[in-house]
Amino acid sequence: MNMMSEAAVEKALDQKMTTVPYKMIGKDVSVYYGDKRALFDVNLNVRENTVTALIGPSGCGKSTFLRTLNRMNDTIDNCRVTGKITLDDGDIYDAKIDVVELRARVGMVFQKPNPFPKSIYENVTYGPKIHGLARAKAELDQIVEQSLQKAGLWNEVKDRLHEPGTGLSGGQQQRLCIARAVAVSPEVILMDEPCSALDPIATAKVEELIHELRTNFTIVIVTHSMQQAARVSQRTAMFHLGNLVEENDTDKMFTNPDDQRTQDYIMGRFG
Amino acid sequence: MTEITASAPATFTRPAQARRDIGIKKRYRAERRFRAYGMAAILTGLFFLFVLLWTVISNGYTAFLQTTITLPIEFSEQVIDPKNERADNPAKLMTANYPLLVRDALIKALNIDPSNRALVKQATDMVSASARTQLRDIVVNNQSVIGTTQNVALLAEGNIDSANKGQIDLNVAEANRKVKDTQLGWMKTLTETGAMTKNFNTGLFTFGASSRPEAAGIGVAAVGSLYMMLIVLVLSLPIGVCASIYLEEFAPKNKLTDLIEVNINNLAAVPSIVYGLLGLAVFINFAGMPRSAALVGGLVLTLMTLPTIIIATRAALKAVPPSIRSAALGLGASKMQTIFHHVLPLAMPGVLTGTIIGLAHALGETAPLLLIGMVAFVVDYPGSPMEPSTALPVQIYMWANEAERAFVERTSGAIMILLVFLVLMNLGAILLRRRFERRW
Repeated sequence: MNMMSEAAVEKALDQKMTTVPYKMIGKDVSVYYGDKRALFDVNLNVRENTVTALIGPSGCGKSTFLRTLNRMNDTIDNCRVTGKITLDDGDIYDAKIDVVELRARVGMVFQKPNPFPKSIYENVTYGPKIHGLARAKAELDQIVEQSLQKAGLWNEVKDRLHEPGTGLSGGQQQRLCIARAVAVSPEVILMDEPCSALDPIATAKVEELIHELRTNFTIVIVTHSMQQAARVSQRTAMFHLGNLVEENDTDKMFTNPDDQRTQDYIMGRFG
Repeated sequence: MTEITASAPATFTRPAQARRDIGIKKRYRAERRFRAYGMAAILTGLFFLFVLLWTVISNGYTAFLQTTITLPIEFSEQVIDPKNERADNPAKLMTANYPLLVRDALIKALNIDPSNRALVKQATDMVSASARTQLRDIVVNNQSVIGTTQNVALLAEGNIDSANKGQIDLNVAEANRKVKDTQLGWMKTLTETGAMTKNFNTGLFTFGASSRPEAAGIGVAAVGSLYMMLIVLVLSLPIGVCASIYLEEFAPKNKLTDLIEVNINNLAAVPSIVYGLLGLAVFINFAGMPRSAALVGGLVLTLMTLPTIIIATRAALKAVPPSIRSAALGLGASKMQTIFHHVLPLAMPGVLTGTIIGLAHALGETAPLLLIGMVAFVVDYPGSPMEPSTALPVQIYMWANEAERAFVERTSGAIMILLVFLVLMNLGAILLRRRFERRW
């Protein structure tokens, strides 16, 4: 019964995608690396509790856009971002915004699994510790269990929480990284090709996980695999040469795209 | 499908072209030749290393043994304190005629006619002049020995020690020899009675500088070196690590930082004697610090070690994968948290290795110390880094200038001790690297 209703809710969500409120709004976003312009006035909005997939050929700017959403581009020396990006109506590039707080609200999972060379437990508790979410051991224990459960890793690692996170398999490491991101209770999770270093079975697990995470988090995922975009996302945005070509419901995007270039890319004519 | 299979043979049946001679045999020969060059290079290196170690060890192992002559010394009150005034005037004990005690003991032990001055002189020459201080210390520390007879192991004089170790050529005519035939005869009797023995040379590790080889040791120099190493460690590790972290992680990449980087790399290649001049000019002439002090030596060696540590630390920081930084930053860690929680701990093995190699380098450094007055004849242990002291390699340098056979073996012995220290430090560096090395 519960399952039914959940499925029903999901279906309703899928059908009425256009009515879901926006979580993040990007307006005229341009990114420059020195003199080179990498993004051209991108207008792209991210809907709440939705998986938004960013697709496009290599070097099209999809990862660059993703990294503007939690200001990871700030760490690149000569990178400059113009335009406006808001998170729940707050400008994230506002001088008053603390990037530490922003990244606590907008978490990130990277292409290559990158657990810290510490224990599984320490990997998960690092975020909560630096953000002051928990101090007591009991609280931390609870966060670790919840996060690992959300990442579908609890049953596999609960007996070896104090072994190094780097000793896990690639897929487990990536789910550990997701658990680490989840542990600070972000609102948005950015994923930069999270499955590109994983085998098909691990990929399937992570995709399933993304599907589940959607109920609690807003997810933006960059992927090279169009099948993956079709499987996990409700909205898809297609980038080409730094421009946003098309943004649409995933179903429509992969059956009847508005733009010829999307059609060509999906059909494998370029990219 | 059939088309493909049909056309496939066609591609292989095109007119056979003569294959160009690419000289396979020549290629193999070239490879074998190159391997031979490599082997030759390594064997040359090993040969010279072996020669070095062989020379040092064959010359130096005897330095760890010292000949002593155990004599029953009669601490006669007549000689030490004839007027019995030691209670009022303890300084009297310091100036007493202790060599007379040794002379009397020798005359008795060797059965010499006391009136034959030449013979008595030859006998007393067999015992080190350091016997005076040795006996004095015994008496001053324990006045109750006065009036008794004690067996005391006196150091044999350097040439007698050498002769006892078989290092003096007995085919040389007696007139040209440091050790006379009578003395050789006495040595034989003393050895037979068990008075003359070869023991482990603890003095080599505890004595300070001395013009008599048998009383010279590296103890004082080792303390000076220890002070300097502590100063170098305490100063260069934090300064070096902070400088590298700033340059590597925080400094903007521009012309100025490029210039600084080039200069640091060049500083590592600056001849060490130049640092000595710098230390002389800045620390002694300008800042007015004392000459010959371990403090100044430590500061100079710190300057010399800094580039090594900075280069090693920067390389270690660079080697930490960027994914770790991204992970921490992505979680909302600040730049400093990222560096101190994740990057620096991962770079630590490299930092420590660089530091230990730098310290080992500083430990063996002589040239800059020459310029700041540490080539000094220091007899007493320095109580603080401000007091005059000398260093291990400087002690070796000074001994190498001495002509006596016993100093030759001590030079090599001290080199062996220094090498052992260096090997231990390098071993420590390797173990630390192994212990803390992480894979990701």
